[in-house]
Amino acid sequence: MHRSQSLRAGLVSLVILAVFLTVWHLATRGTGATAGMDPEYAKLMGLTATQGKSAMPGPLDVAATLWGHLSDPFYVRGTNDMGIGIQIGWSIARVAAGYLLAVLVAIPVGFLIGMSPLMSRALDPFIQIMKPISPLAWMPLALYTIKDSGLSAIFVIFICSLWPMLINTAFGVANVRKEWLNVARTLEVGTFRRAFQVILPAAAPTILTGMRISIGIAWLVIVAAEMLVGGTGIGYFVWNEWNNLSITNVITAILVIGLVGMVLDQALARVARLVTFPE
Amino acid sequence: MTEKPLISIEGIARRYPAPGRQTTTIFENLWLPIRRGEFVCMIGHSGCGKTTVLNILAGLDAPSDGEVIVDGKAISGPSLDRAVIFQSHALLPWRTVLGNVAFAVKSRWPKRAKEAIEEQARRFIELVGLGGSERKRPAELSGGMKQRVGIARALSIEPKILLMDEPFSALDALTRGTLQDEVRRICLDTGQTTFMITHDVDEAIYLADRIVLMTNGPGARIAEIVENPLPRERSRIDLHRHPHYYALRNHLIDFLVTRSRTLRDQPADGHDPRHPPVVRPSAAPELVVTTPGDAATLPLAAAHKH
Ligand SMILES: Nc1ncnc2c1ncn2[C@@H]1O[C@H](COP(=O)(O)OP(=O)(O)OP(=O)(O)O)[C@@H](O)[C@H]1O
Ligand SMILES: [Mg+2]
Repeated sequence: MHRSQSLRAGLVSLVILAVFLTVWHLATRGTGATAGMDPEYAKLMGLTATQGKSAMPGPLDVAATLWGHLSDPFYVRGTNDMGIGIQIGWSIARVAAGYLLAVLVAIPVGFLIGMSPLMSRALDPFIQIMKPISPLAWMPLALYTIKDSGLSAIFVIFICSLWPMLINTAFGVANVRKEWLNVARTLEVGTFRRAFQVILPAAAPTILTGMRISIGIAWLVIVAAEMLVGGTGIGYFVWNEWNNLSITNVITAILVIGLVGMVLDQALARVARLVTFPE
Repeated sequence: MTEKPLISIEGIARRYPAPGRQTTTIFENLWLPIRRGEFVCMIGHSGCGKTTVLNILAGLDAPSDGEVIVDGKAISGPSLDRAVIFQSHALLPWRTVLGNVAFAVKSRWPKRAKEAIEEQARRFIELVGLGGSERKRPAELSGGMKQRVGIARALSIEPKILLMDEPFSALDALTRGTLQDEVRRICLDTGQTTFMITHDVDEAIYLADRIVLMTNGPGARIAEIVENPLPRERSRIDLHRHPHYYALRNHLIDFLVTRSRTLRDQPADGHDPRHPPVVRPSAAPELVVTTPGDAATLPLAAAHKH
């Protein structure tokens, strides 16, 4: 029953994909040379107009480009011409650095806030103000103070990953079931053991939800951040290919961004499943 | 009573702030000694403060007035000497049965080797009849099995005092009966001092040596203490065949139905909170063992050792 349902769902997914690709293919197919066009305008528009070729690449063009990129992802032919694998690698490395820094700050501080109602109320106004700031708004300040574009991108990732993790950790820790804490109290469990063997496992599912939200936001933000700072990374690659008017490359990059984002999310979902306990 | 009681509740009260700078008194001036090896049940209507009393005994809550003396020392917080069996079993869901019990054992003897800790945990899991389920998680257990794990966890630290808050109220009658048998057997075998809260009159009759009756709240007090006239060797199945059974049961029911309210509004004449009346219902007309300030009833009481 369950298996046949997932089989059917997979089938429907394939059908939707096929319909989408067909429509895309038909919509971008050449329309034939256009006669009667103002020659000046035709010259301006180049091949698009004169040979009836659509400006949008079709699925076959994208597939060919994607194959090209995937078969040689790590080449370096100068600062502006590197394989998509290298660009993605830069982005992942920046996200990883900023994200791990955020984990190191958010989880201990979140613990503190969750355990202490005083700290919770004291820090609340700061969190409330900092949380809604778009991470990119920090960019000029980061560039000015850090004076390094790569580090600034990492800082922006750090800032945007921080809040969901901090808030979820504090919430998870503050809402550990009273009865579990009472068990620890009646057993005279020490502070350290209580934190690591009662509160942490009890709050872990909530903390991981925060971590999963954070990695999603971080991956959204890195593309925008790299468009701003330039140099390397998948965001820069997209911007660069736009400047080259290579829409095929842009679409390919979009696909790759989506795939990597999905992998990151699924990896954290798997960890979350490990620490979730049924009640 | 020459022997010093193991637990002595001395004039405790619990008050909560109420709107308008007032306070509500849940109960006050509660006095109760509990002897070593005794099984005491507390009965009273919902909201009269039974759980609060138990939490104070456990050290999870502090009284607004008075204090609780255990073994000659006023308690100042939770202690491994006083194990609690929670109404909601309160197992850690991310740990297995063995993990839950071993967590308690490890808390009691932190320096013990892992094998010795697991050995002790297994012994008590076996004792409550859960041998073979050590690797299961609480979510895989039935309500009765979870409560057994809670009992094993509490007993595994070999506490001086066992505190139970309606431990069986969420279970079906059959499971409840079996668990009552087990708890009674274990407590008798080990001479465990036990304080238990219950709503179930028959449970109290079967398990308790003495039954403490609380009046309704707010402002609850101990109305009287009922001594169980049934012999120590009693079985759950033919409890009702005992000549004193109905006298005892009627006395308790009568208290819950009417006197728990009337005694709050109008305390009995000469009611002394330090020495609430001790009653021993029996098939013969009710026997009042001691009523302070009322010497007339004492000739009957002379038959007892008080
Ligand atoms: N934090 C609190 N603030 C104010 N009142 C409280 C608080 N906690 C408990 N109470 C009151 O104390 C009274 C006693 O509560 P308690 O839980 O001890 O009752 P109980 O006798 O155990 O009832 P039940 O049989 O339903 O478990 C209740 O009337 C409750 O409203
Ligand atoms: Mg209660």
